[in-house]
Formats: sequence, structure tokens, C-alpha cells
Amino acid sequence: MKTFAMGGVHPEENKISTTAVIEEFPLPETAVILMNQHLGAPATPCVAKGDTVKVGQLIGKAEAFMCANVHSPFSGTVQKIDTCKDAFGLAKPAIYIKVEGDEWEESIDRSPDIKRECDLEPKQIVDKLKEMGVVGLGGATFPTHIKYSIAPDKKAEYLIINAVECEPYLTSDHRVMMEHAEEICIGVSILRKALGVPNAYIGIENNKPEPIAVMKAMAAKFQGIIVEPLKVKYPQGAEKQLINAITGRRVPSGKLPIDVGCVVSNVGTAYAVYEAIQKNKPLMENILTVTGKKLDKQHNYHVRFGTTYNDIIAHSMGSLPETTGKVISGGPMMGKAVSNLDAPTTKGASSVLVIDESEATRAEESNCIRCGKCMHACPMGLEPYLFSSLVKNGRIEEAGAHNILDCIECGCCFFSCPANKPLLDEIRLGKNLYRGILMAKKK
Amino acid sequence: MTGIWSAVLVLSITGAIFALVLYFVAQKFKVVEDPLIDEIAEVLPGANCGGCGKAGCRAMAEAFVKQGNMEGLKCPAGGDEVAKKVAALLGCTPEESEPQVAVVRCNGSCSNAKAKSNYDGLQDCAFANSLYSGESGCMFGCLGLGNCTRACQFDALTMDKETGLPIVDEEKCVACGACVKACPRGIIELRNKGMKNRRVYVACRNKEKGADARKSCTAACIGCGKCAKTCPFGAITVENNVAYIDYKVCKLCRKCVAECPTGAIHAVNFPPKPAPAPPPAAATAEPTATTPATETNNNQ
Repeated sequence: MKTFAMGGVHPEENKISTTAVIEEFPLPETAVILMNQHLGAPATPCVAKGDTVKVGQLIGKAEAFMCANVHSPFSGTVQKIDTCKDAFGLAKPAIYIKVEGDEWEESIDRSPDIKRECDLEPKQIVDKLKEMGVVGLGGATFPTHIKYSIAPDKKAEYLIINAVECEPYLTSDHRVMMEHAEEICIGVSILRKALGVPNAYIGIENNKPEPIAVMKAMAAKFQGIIVEPLKVKYPQGAEKQLINAITGRRVPSGKLPIDVGCVVSNVGTAYAVYEAIQKNKPLMENILTVTGKKLDKQHNYHVRFGTTYNDIIAHSMGSLPETTGKVISGGPMMGKAVSNLDAPTTKGASSVLVIDESEATRAEESNCIRCGKCMHACPMGLEPYLFSSLVKNGRIEEAGAHNILDCIECGCCFFSCPANKPLLDEIRLGKNLYRGILMAKKK
Repeated sequence: MTGIWSAVLVLSITGAIFALVLYFVAQKFKVVEDPLIDEIAEVLPGANCGGCGKAGCRAMAEAFVKQGNMEGLKCPAGGDEVAKKVAALLGCTPEESEPQVAVVRCNGSCSNAKAKSNYDGLQDCAFANSLYSGESGCMFGCLGLGNCTRACQFDALTMDKETGLPIVDEEKCVACGACVKACPRGIIELRNKGMKNRRVYVACRNKEKGADARKSCTAACIGCGKCAKTCPFGAITVENNVAYIDYKVCKLCRKCVAECPTGAIHAVNFPPKPAPAPPPAAATAEPTATTPATETNNNQ
């Protein structure tokens, strides 16, 4: 069975919410829609205070190149256009909506029937994805229409669908494959058509035998979709590692997947593509795993973004368990701790992970003994211990020369360090400082 | 015997040739360095703090000699004393400059800005700043992880364990500006030391609207503008919901201090106010203000 060549670790899987069927999350009373839910510039609000909006109505227009449209996930009245603090306490432009009823735009097809045929041309598909505000749902929220607008000098050979879900705890991809396999395969066919590639590969780690079976059975009915079971190893869900696992190709330092002929999209994105293209439904909700070892019940929800973390906590568990140490948005390896639970969820949110106090605190740090475990664990072949000491001593340019920017921030080094050194933190700091130096040089 | 003589002869001739080559090379590539550079470098503090903007004290000495006067060049660490010595060596008059000191413009202490989350990541302000707003939720306040104290070469900054804010030792601070550069949130400012070391400044940088600022910190400037209206000298400007006192215009009358409803304006090194002062100040304060005006007399 295939896997990527270099590094990797095996964190405890903790996939305890795999059997929780996706539930519809109830509508909140008020919602805040952030204008930058994607990588790049924030969208520009195109509604005014007092306007009534319908579900699926465009409320934030993408004006910059690296930007995505934002649609209202709720119907109601626009209360104000102001800033709102996001999950990390940083103020972002936002639209406040008082939710009234649940009135959808007429163009959206809400029937449960599956629409199989798509007669759009590749260019039309990409334009429609842009219109519908679809972004990558693997975590980076890269606008999908930009990813699928291939530069004329580049050629795509492989479409890879990322259904690895290598992060512990998360099960949203698992559930969406179990429940919407056919829609996903239609979505993948549409993306395949947009790129004009013969085959699409769906990579799934073999700790998910049920989704593999379901997807294999479904893919057999479609042309050019191959399900590829992969040997479990974190971070297989990272773009470059998945390309390496499936094609054996390596993305060179500083290059993009398209430079080796690959385009990678998340399985959640494929589902969103199906809904956007076939059902005219803009991206306005995602599947969110609500999980934690100390919770009585695990959940997977269809949550419209703009719902606050507090709403989700209140509905799913009443209140946080007393011994809660951290609430994480995303997985425990790459996710970020939420410091402001009043914040609304965004397109990128894939989970609300409640970590117990006993597991949330960091162990005491000791000195590096140059054991090299971090080097062995690094899937990019970097030297984390070296970055650590270079960054600490302010030798940022040297760290840059050792390709610090290649770090994908997977956290394998920190995970494997017996001295509990905050290697990832130091590398992230070094990356920020080095980017600052590069920017200053450009000027 | 002839072997020895031939060896002596060969070595002497080659030695003479090399000596000649070396002589001409030395003449050709001779670097004439003004001895004044060494003399001035001797006078400078030698801390290589970078406060002057040069790479170190030697580079500064070279800059002095190259320019021939002291215009625009200032050694903040050495102050007027060093300036006089350098001026004597250069044969010019020293530029009189007001001595400065670093001022921490944040009052988000542990009691004013209560922590709403705990941070246990890398103890580095620049890193924490890239992650999130900070434990109190204030996007503009001190993160308390001490990058400024580590940047200080003169041991003038220490973190106060009780408040979680840095304290400036006015005796030791030479206003080199290293801490100003180290702070990712631009909280520290160099201000004139002022008459008798007395200063009045706004200890807040929060640009949020008043209500939002108060949510994260009870001592935040809410941009109400009372101070600007009160100031008889027009030294205070309110921009982006935060007041700023221009130290060049401020006459240290302290009228703004009593007027501030949140106690965001600090007056330091003034003698304690007479006893009847606190009650009227507390009475004029907004009901939500929890910081009595007397507390603003605390030293930074």
C-alpha cells in the first residue's frame, strides 16, 4: 500500500465520532458573517443596513484577485456592517444579520434528487465556482476558481481528491463520504472535466475501511475515478505528501503542485462543487465535527457559517465540561485554539474539538540533545532543531537559506521532540520574520 | 661549506625580492585611516546598542569623522556628556538635545485587562502577536512576554510579575530605542524626559470603539475626547478612538488626568496630590470607571 516517502508520525487516532450521522444544525437568532473567510483579501459588502437578505444571496463581492464571494447563509435583516472579532480575537470586517425565517433564493435547487448530468464547458465551470464562492475546505480555504484556472504554460495531469483526513479526531470527511458518495463522485467528475485530465484519484487512509468500500463501489459507476487506499501516516493529508504518496512525484522547494502536473482538492470541496454547479447552491455551510473525549455525545453537523462557537457548544453539549483545557478549531495537530468563543464559524472551520485539561497543557521544556528525532519526523526533510537555534539567535537569513519557508507546519517535529521544545512555534516565528525580510528586500 | 653559503645567498636574495614586493604592495594598497576615528571610538560608550542607527560604536565614530560635525548624528546611550567629548575632538559645538526615556503606553495589567484565555506557547511577543489578540482580548495591548526586556542592552527594562507589564528604570534607560523596535505592537515610545522627569501620557493604544475597548480592558482609552477638550494647550489629539499627548506641546498641567473617565492618562513623578483631590475626581468619573484617579499617580 502506498504512502509518502519521508518522515511522518503516528498520533493517536481518536476518531470517536465516525458513527455520528450528519445532523442539521438549528438556525441561530443572530449571525455574523465575516468578509474574509478565505485566503486573500476580504470581500466587499454589497448590502446595506436594513436590507432584507435571502439564504444564498450574495452579500460580499470578491473584488481583489485572491478573493472569494460570500453569500448569506441565513434569511433576515442586515443589522449593521461593522467589524467582528474572529476566533483569535482579531477584528475583521463583518455583516451582522438578524435571522428571520428560512427563505431561500429561488434559483437554488433544494430537492433531494441527485442531478447527474453537467453540460457546462470547463471555462463555465470555473466561472460558476467563482460566482458561488467555493473555496478549498481542507483548511487553507484557497479560492477554488483560482486553483482550477491553470496558467497556459502549465499542464495538469492528475486530479487528486484528498479524503485522507489524517488529523486525529476529525470525521467530517468520513461522514460526507458515507452519506454523499454519489454527489462527491459527480463533483469529482465536474472537476476532472474542468481540468481536462483523464483520471482522478481519491486518496483515503486505510483506517477508514467503510468509506473506502462505499467510495469504491460508487467510483466503479463513474469513468476515470480511482479510489486509492493509503497506509496510515500523518501528515498524509498535506498536499505535497499526498502527491508524493499517489504519484511518487515530489514538489520542488518553492514550487506549487501544478508544477508537477497535480491539482489537489479536498473531498469536502468536491461535495461543495457538486452543490454549487448542479444545485446552484453557493458555499454557505460545512460539515463540522463536534468531538472530545469527555463529551457524552459526539456529533457531525451541517453548520451554516456565521453560527458562533458558543451556539454550537450550547446546542451540542449545553456547556463545556468543567475540565476543558482548550477548544480547537481544526484538528489537534494543525488546528488553532479558539480564544474567542463568541466568534462566528467560517468557511474553513472543520471541527469544534474539546480537549481536556490533562491533555491541553504543554510538558516542561528541556534542552535539545541533538537526537535528530525531529529530522526523522519532518516530512519535508528539514532540520527543525537547527531552525530552533537559528531563530532564537536572530540568524533568520541563515534559516531562510536552509529552506525554512518549505515547512508545512504539520507539527511532526514538536510531536516527536523528547525535550518538548516548542519547535513549531519557533519555526513559525522564523517564517514570519524571514517573509518580513524578503518583503523589505523587494521594496 | 659551499652548501651553507649557497643556501644563505639564495635565501637572502629571495628575502630581498619579497621584501621589495611587500613594500610596493603595502604602498599601493595603503589604507589611510584618520586617527581621530580611534579617538572618538574610545569616547563612545562601546555598547554597540545600535541606538544611533549605525551598526555599532566604531561605525558611528567613522560617520562622525566623515561628516566632520555632529549634525543629525546622536549617540542616545552616551547622552550630552559623550556629545561634549566628541564635539571637543571634532572641534565643533555639540547639539543640545532633550534627554529622552522609553515610555510604556499600555495599562493592561492583570487586574485592568483580565485574562480571558491562557497562552502557553513560545514565550515571544512577535510570535504571540502573529497568532491572536492576547490573553485579555485586546489587539493593541502588551502581550507581556518580554521581547522588550530581552532587547534592552542596559538592563533598564524588567517585567513586573504583578501587573504583567514592563517597567522602565529611568536611571538606566538611555533611550536607544531597541525596545521600541522589539515591541511588535508599537507600545513603547521615546518621549522627552520632561521637566523634573515629569511626564503625562496616554497609557493606551487601543483603536477600537470605546465599548469594545472597555470589554477587554477597564483602563483603556475610549476615545471620548474629554481630555482634548480640557487641554488648554491643544497638546492632545484623538484619532482612531485613541488619544495622544504631544510631549513637545504638553505643559504638564495635568488637567486631562483628572478628566479621563478610565484613568488611561498617566502622570508620573509628580508629588502626591493634596488629600481632597480624589473625591471630586471619582464623582466626575463615569459610573463604570473602576480605576480611581489616584491610581494614575503610580510610577509607570
